[in-house]
Amino acid sequence: MLGGWDIAFLLLQLWVSIVAGLILLPAMFGVSLGFTDIYIKGLLKTLEWATLRIQRGQKEKPNVPQQLANGIIEKEDSPTSMEEEIGELRRSHPKNLAEGNFTLCDAFYFCKKGIENIVEDQVTQRFSSEELASWNLLTRTNNNFRYISVRLTIIWGLGVFIRYCVLLPLRITLAVIGLSWLVTGTTLVGLLPGCRMKNWLSDLVHITCYRICARGLSATIHYHNKENRPKKGGICVANHTSPIDIVILANDGCYAMVGQIHGGLMGVIQRSMVRSCPHVWFERSEMKDRHAVAKRLQDHIADKTKLPILIFPEGTCINNTSVMMFKKGSFEIGGTIYPVAIKYDPRFGDAFWNSAKYNMVSYILRMMTSWAIVCNVWYLPPMTLQDGEDAVHFANRVKSAIANQGGLVDLSWDGGLKREKVKESFKEEQQKMYSSMIVGLDCHETSVGPA
Amino acid sequence: MFESCGCKTMGSTNSTLLKIPNAEELMQETGFSASHIVRLYDRFTSLDKEGRGYLCPQDFGAIKELAINPIRDRIIGAFFSPGKETADFQTFVRILAHFRPVDKDRTKEPEPINSRSNKLRYKDGNISREELLKVLRDMLGMQVTEEQLESIADRTIQEADLDRDGAISFEEFRKVSLEKVNIDHKMSIRFLR
Repeated sequence: MLGGWDIAFLLLQLWVSIVAGLILLPAMFGVSLGFTDIYIKGLLKTLEWATLRIQRGQKEKPNVPQQLANGIIEKEDSPTSMEEEIGELRRSHPKNLAEGNFTLCDAFYFCKKGIENIVEDQVTQRFSSEELASWNLLTRTNNNFRYISVRLTIIWGLGVFIRYCVLLPLRITLAVIGLSWLVTGTTLVGLLPGCRMKNWLSDLVHITCYRICARGLSATIHYHNKENRPKKGGICVANHTSPIDIVILANDGCYAMVGQIHGGLMGVIQRSMVRSCPHVWFERSEMKDRHAVAKRLQDHIADKTKLPILIFPEGTCINNTSVMMFKKGSFEIGGTIYPVAIKYDPRFGDAFWNSAKYNMVSYILRMMTSWAIVCNVWYLPPMTLQDGEDAVHFANRVKSAIANQGGLVDLSWDGGLKREKVKESFKEEQQKMYSSMIVGLDCHETSVGPA
Repeated sequence: MFESCGCKTMGSTNSTLLKIPNAEELMQETGFSASHIVRLYDRFTSLDKEGRGYLCPQDFGAIKELAINPIRDRIIGAFFSPGKETADFQTFVRILAHFRPVDKDRTKEPEPINSRSNKLRYKDGNISREELLKVLRDMLGMQVTEEQLESIADRTIQEADLDRDGAISFEEFRKVSLEKVNIDHKMSIRFLR
């Protein structure tokens, strides 16, 4: 006679063997059984149906305010500079434009820009999640979508059940297995003497672990241009949206990570990883000394047997609609830069980590209760510092290439503005630009430089 | 925790619009549509980080692109009537409404011009030489000398001051800025329909 405990034990065994057989083993060998593909296709069809249903529902109820997804202000097709805009303003003034004199309506330009920025600005929106054009049946993205129909509500309810009761436990199991495997595997490999076998084993452990973690997020990743994959002795540079970027990239290659040593669970993982192959971890105090940091990175890439370094030059997480200023530090080291563009599909889940709003644990739970993570990774051709080019210019060049490929907006604002104020020097730049129009062009006044 | 607000948002319609005090009145007065009001309300609440229900000058200062604008302090000042340190949502929307393109059937003064001259106005309603100098200093910064600044100001007043009283009145300002083409189009913000 089977008691309650025996049944529970049997179920547990069944669960473990399903997980191991259908998910773990194929994951470790990089084989896909096709379950995720079917899931994604089914999901897409459901979301498309939901979108049509919502649109139909909105047409039937014209009184309900509609979502203005693209912002409230019309965007110009091509961005205009200060000179062009002020020139246009002045054209309506009868005075001759040949002289760069001050005209009262110049102030309109600053006024209008200021008010437009109050209504909507390019920077603040990058530090919060992207807005969706249509609801993707996750409550967290339900901003102003109203009750539309019974069927939609049922599908949403079903979605909640599937995500929380079926997918979440499965994903947590996989994540736990993946991370424990990483820690034990790398510690074991670390016991071996340094040799080629050790490197091969270390790569194997890392890749299998990241693959398990990727399954743990139902991640579907499309890699493009694999021939440009980063090689040893190089630096891989990518746009940063979340800590998951590391899992995404490491599924297709092995990298040496760079970062600060943390305490707790993170610290344990970091310390065991470094036993099997060299990663570059810094103490908090070392991070302040830029020369020491640069030296260590230079030593690492000089050794051609070591794995390529993975760096995120933005320095902080941005919401995957734009690329912000790349810090020049990584571009001064020398060595070949391998740019990589990562673009997540926001319909399946929002990958952006808003560190002001969510801590790491809530973030991971949100990830695991999304539909899936679907993203595209493009490997771009390698770039090097050209003659006569400085690090800042090089960084901007790489940034534009990444933004272009990923379909992201290329901004020169510093991601650090998430937490800091804008420096006064930027305001002075605007003043300089305007003054050069007024005083620089004026032929009546003797050009006296600033006192 | 993650799905707890599910039932509420899927409930009755217009729940956001209902949250906004005097939404109907605002729409009538300013001509913004319901979607615009909802959108502006979202913006207002995101600027009001501490959720106090009103904005103070520092909240505006936190907008990065506004922070680099040379005349940002004047623009921010337009939202606060003299003596007041806070701006509620009605004030926010009303000031922004000045920058809407003028509808054909409205017969009011071109609003953008009004508010623009408000920024420069001295207490008695005219732009004096000192005021002009201050604005010029804001826009040009440390890039020009005091003499250059004064000569620009003097020349501007000379052109615009038709009744020779040493200051630019609102009428003179209008004449100078509105001569040929409709500047309402240039000055107003193109809100999406």
